Amino acid sequence: MANYYSDIPEIKFELQNSALMRRVVELKERGFQDKDKYDEAPQDFADAMDTYDRVLDIVGDITANVVAQNAEDVDAEGPHLEAGRVSYASKTRENLDTMIKAGMNGMTMPRRYGGLNLPVVAYTAANEIVSAGDASFENIWSLQDCIETLYCFGSEEQRQKYIPRVCAGETMSMDLTEPDAGSDLQSVMLKATYDEQSQCWRLNGSKRFITNGDSDIHLVLARSEAGTRDGRGLSMFIYDKRDGGVNVRRIENKLGIHGSPTCELVYKNAKCELCGDRKLGLIKYVMSLMNGARLGIAAQSVGLSQAAYNEAVAYARDRRQFGKAIIEFPAVQEMIASIKAKLDAGRALLYETARYVDIYKALEDIARERKLTPEERAELKKYSKLADSFTPLAKGMNSEYANQNGYDCIQVHGGSGFMLEYACQRIYRDARITSIYEGTTQLQTVAAVRYITNGQYSSVIADFESQPVPAGLEGVMSRVKAMAAKLNACIAAVKEAQDNDLHDICARHLYEMTADIIMCHLLLRDAAQSPDLFGGSLQVYLNHAEAEVEKHSLWISRMSVAQLDNYRQA
Amino acid sequence: MSLNIVVLAKQVPDTRNVGPDAMTPEGTVNRSALPAIFNPEDLNALEQALRLKDQNPGSKVTVLTMGPGRAAEIIREAMYRGADGGYLLTDRAFAGADTLATSYALATAIKHVAPCFDLIVGGRQAIDGDTAQVGPQVAEKLGVNQITYTEEILSCQDGRITATRHIDGGVETVESPLPCVLTVNGSAAPCRPRNAKLVMRFKRCKAPMELEKDTTFADLPYADQYEKKAYLRLGQLSCADVNADLQQCGLAGSPTKVKAVENIVFKAKESKVMTGSDEDINALVRELLASHTIG
Repeated sequence: MANYYSDIPEIKFELQNSALMRRVVELKERGFQDKDKYDEAPQDFADAMDTYDRVLDIVGDITANVVAQNAEDVDAEGPHLEAGRVSYASKTRENLDTMIKAGMNGMTMPRRYGGLNLPVVAYTAANEIVSAGDASFENIWSLQDCIETLYCFGSEEQRQKYIPRVCAGETMSMDLTEPDAGSDLQSVMLKATYDEQSQCWRLNGSKRFITNGDSDIHLVLARSEAGTRDGRGLSMFIYDKRDGGVNVRRIENKLGIHGSPTCELVYKNAKCELCGDRKLGLIKYVMSLMNGARLGIAAQSVGLSQAAYNEAVAYARDRRQFGKAIIEFPAVQEMIASIKAKLDAGRALLYETARYVDIYKALEDIARERKLTPEERAELKKYSKLADSFTPLAKGMNSEYANQNGYDCIQVHGGSGFMLEYACQRIYRDARITSIYEGTTQLQTVAAVRYITNGQYSSVIADFESQPVPAGLEGVMSRVKAMAAKLNACIAAVKEAQDNDLHDICARHLYEMTADIIMCHLLLRDAAQSPDLFGGSLQVYLNHAEAEVEKHSLWISRMSVAQLDNYRQA
Repeated sequence: MSLNIVVLAKQVPDTRNVGPDAMTPEGTVNRSALPAIFNPEDLNALEQALRLKDQNPGSKVTVLTMGPGRAAEIIREAMYRGADGGYLLTDRAFAGADTLATSYALATAIKHVAPCFDLIVGGRQAIDGDTAQVGPQVAEKLGVNQITYTEEILSCQDGRITATRHIDGGVETVESPLPCVLTVNGSAAPCRPRNAKLVMRFKRCKAPMELEKDTTFADLPYADQYEKKAYLRLGQLSCADVNADLQQCGLAGSPTKVKAVENIVFKAKESKVMTGSDEDINALVRELLASHTIG
């Protein structure tokens, strides 16, 4: 039987083949302290890895045999709205029920709350697998990771109240966006007032574009400090649907991810609980929430790229023109090889990022229980910086790749791809949102650019360059080094101009050059370990990245303050 | 009411996706070329049993499977979905059994491990033999009622079970006192997925037959776990364990002998070509009416 995990050996490779993995597991399992307390806890590292493998095998099985089978029906039916309540498409419900029965909720939560205590990297793998089957379902199901934020910043009482419910399958949403507060969340106006009489907070106002907006447990960003207008007046609240007070006014009609209800919400005196401290809603909690969500979108994008690859290859093998299968034509081969190379490179970046997140999150969690040693503090600092700098790369690049791969997938199908009969059109439509929500690619660039100019990425790249070069790959390494030299020259030129607008317009180019180079290094590392799986993609990606770096470098060299006016529309 | 349920399940070669080497030159199934899977309709049966367990807290679902050491995988797979445990019925003396010897062995084992059963549930038939005989024969040997082709269990209370049966052209609702044997149709509800926590808990479960020659549980990785957690050692029964009569087991107890297996090639020699004209269609209808094929 088909399995979206075990049929794709690259996933298992990326999950397991990293020197960091042992540390990730050790930290997540706190030195395997649960092994005598819970029957399901692993005894040691090998046991934990075996468990992840088995859990993902179930996810791959369900995705292939339930989620992917249902995807077309879900896309056609979509969710329904009646009397302010959302009901999912019937097959979405079936998907969710199957995942709940399989125990795939609250996957990263500690065992004491009913979770599986999986590291983020294993959950990320599950995410990408589900997304390859149906990205719209992944959307709903993966909102379970909002619980991470409640776990990190909620009180013990709130943890005990909500986490077991999420582990049992209740869904979540993050209510952030408003009509006048999209990318600029500082402008959020939803009002939170303290009701002295019933000793609780109440929410009034509306939200827009809320994914899975009729969820069981909402994390809501609202203005708790009357009279303020910026981010410092915002706090985070937990709204429990059981309390009532929030209705869905409308479900949006969208280009893609039809199965995922995108809602407009109306809050009428809705009772809620403050999560964490007042005024830290945006500046601390939502930033954490968004970082998790961005990694989720990166995983969703990789899943979509995998789906695009599967569909393109299957069609190209099957379709015959001029007396042979079209996969035999170089023009088609180039498109498919390009999808595969971007998929493999993006996946390597995704898993590397997830591991950085794992290490810093586990250390932060330990810090809530005891004082960290100086070594641990240094480790925390190192990995939280790496996670912060890699997350926008993983999200931005993978979402752009998912779009490019969806486009190429349709192109491989030719005219048939434009018809609605084939899955490629759904992949193409579903991919389109990935480079927009949870921060557009332009905002990922903003998040990343400071690490370009402050030398953070340069030191990561220098670190890669200092690793021993695997035999036979010396030529690859020298080409990647030459790319880095071009990047450094561009960074120096942009800095030297000392103009904010020039800096901003060049940022996207520097961002892509940086990501291209880092992904080359990651693929080089993977190809050294498994030439069979990654040797081809390394060469294809290197050719692509080298040309991209050349292009961006040339573009930046032509750019000047004087040029800026040509880019401004009257 | 808590129920004592035994699920009969079989490990079978996956005959649904056969390659060119699926059959041996002698005409028997080439088991090594096909992956071993949980017989599909036995999974439908397991789901019915687990639903009864969900509805009747305190109920126990025990899996009974006959086969070589590797068939213990069936017990684990069932436990990953919610079964409480199981027995591997394994002995050289059981080898080569036809349906009669198989049902004898299963019925004998049931009398031994679950004499007070309320329900025996199994798939309608296995995809390797396609006989649909084992369930009914087990019922006969145990002297209890049987409901075959079960689609859904509607209720099970006060010692009575009501279920729908899949019949030609419709569905029949029947009722029977317990204990009773049910065989479940492939059109019944699909089995629930493996559960992550149950997999984590039971993944190391092993039957003694699975151990390599001259080794014990103490030689396995994580040996201490087998000491601490009794459930990690799966039940295993031999011919002697269940006091089975050797004459009724395996080849000795099997009156069925396969004489020859032949490939059937459909030939079109009896076909008739006709056009879509009214004349031809009328002629065909008259012919079919005359032969009582229709009408």
